[in-house]
Amino acid sequence: MRLLIQIAVLLAFLWAGELVVWLTGVPVPSSIIGMLLLAASLRAGLVKLRHIETVADFMTHNIALFFIPAGVGLMNTLGIIADQWLPITGAVAGSTVVIIAVTGWVHKLTRRAVSNHNHPAHKPLTDKKG
Amino acid sequence: MREIASSELFMLALTLVFYIIAVRIQHATRMRLFNPILLGIVAMIAFLKLTGISYETYMTGGRYVDFWLKPAVVALGVPLYRQLSAIRKQLLPLLLSELAGCVAGLISVVLIARGLGATQEVVLSLAPKAVTAPIALEISEAIGGIPSLTTAVVVCTGIFGGMAGFRILDMTHVHSPIAEGLSMGTAAHAVGTAAAMERGDRYGAYSSLGLTLNGLLTAMFAPAILSLLGYVV
Repeated sequence: MRLLIQIAVLLAFLWAGELVVWLTGVPVPSSIIGMLLLAASLRAGLVKLRHIETVADFMTHNIALFFIPAGVGLMNTLGIIADQWLPITGAVAGSTVVIIAVTGWVHKLTRRAVSNHNHPAHKPLTDKKG
Repeated sequence: MREIASSELFMLALTLVFYIIAVRIQHATRMRLFNPILLGIVAMIAFLKLTGISYETYMTGGRYVDFWLKPAVVALGVPLYRQLSAIRKQLLPLLLSELAGCVAGLISVVLIARGLGATQEVVLSLAPKAVTAPIALEISEAIGGIPSLTTAVVVCTGIFGGMAGFRILDMTHVHSPIAEGLSMGTAAHAVGTAAAMERGDRYGAYSSLGLTLNGLLTAMFAPAILSLLGYVV
């Protein structure tokens, strides 16, 4: 019964996400809106972890499974990949380098600025250990 | 024989079996190249090509797994909730670096792909390539890309980022678990997070935050940035 309730809660949040998309027409996936509504409801205490946790952990730990069927659709696009392999591999590799460098650098700079501002005496970036 | 080997029950069971075998192989070898998504997809396509079964026939069974993709994305709200207090303490640096990484990623992927001669539908399929596959699929569908091509490039991005990510961070002299973890998750989603997890829990925690935030930001900003770059979405 507990698992059934959790599945029902999960589906209810997805449906709420679809309702928001239907009402507002925002170009954001309904599942993303459902995810935000779920996090917000947990935060507000409207939903407790015990109402969702077991099913949610099972699904997020096995999330790879759920996009295998969509990925198998690749068999219908093998021609496009063969035709466009250069822009595809170039953009994947080049843009990944850009994202890593930009995210890391901006975090380093803003963190230093914020911690200098809050605690002038505090030495920034001291969290070397993991 | 043909009927029984292409029934919806058999297609569904085979999807689960290939996924389980793929997870086992990755656990045994610990090689990121043996990503369960990549292995599962390659094994399934190889089986279908060898037996001459079409994708449409496969999906009579595959759709039962496919249906749970959206609920699985909703379920990511639970880890997001668990990280909320860590996020609130560091809100400004986290948001600024995520925003910068997201926008730089979208612009660079479009410009590089277009510069190397990609067609419009390939550019739109590549746009959400940095974010976790269920979210990327939804974005690709919403902006007019080819969702299956998006899934393929998302997996390739993850493998490249997971293998090269820490080397890039070393070369750019970024050395903090927060910045490094965040960058790995932002650029290379769950596969980057797996690589970050190997360095320690804190790297992993911030990497999963990076993948969540970039998924959200990309979903919100991809349509606007693509229109600025001249695409009708």
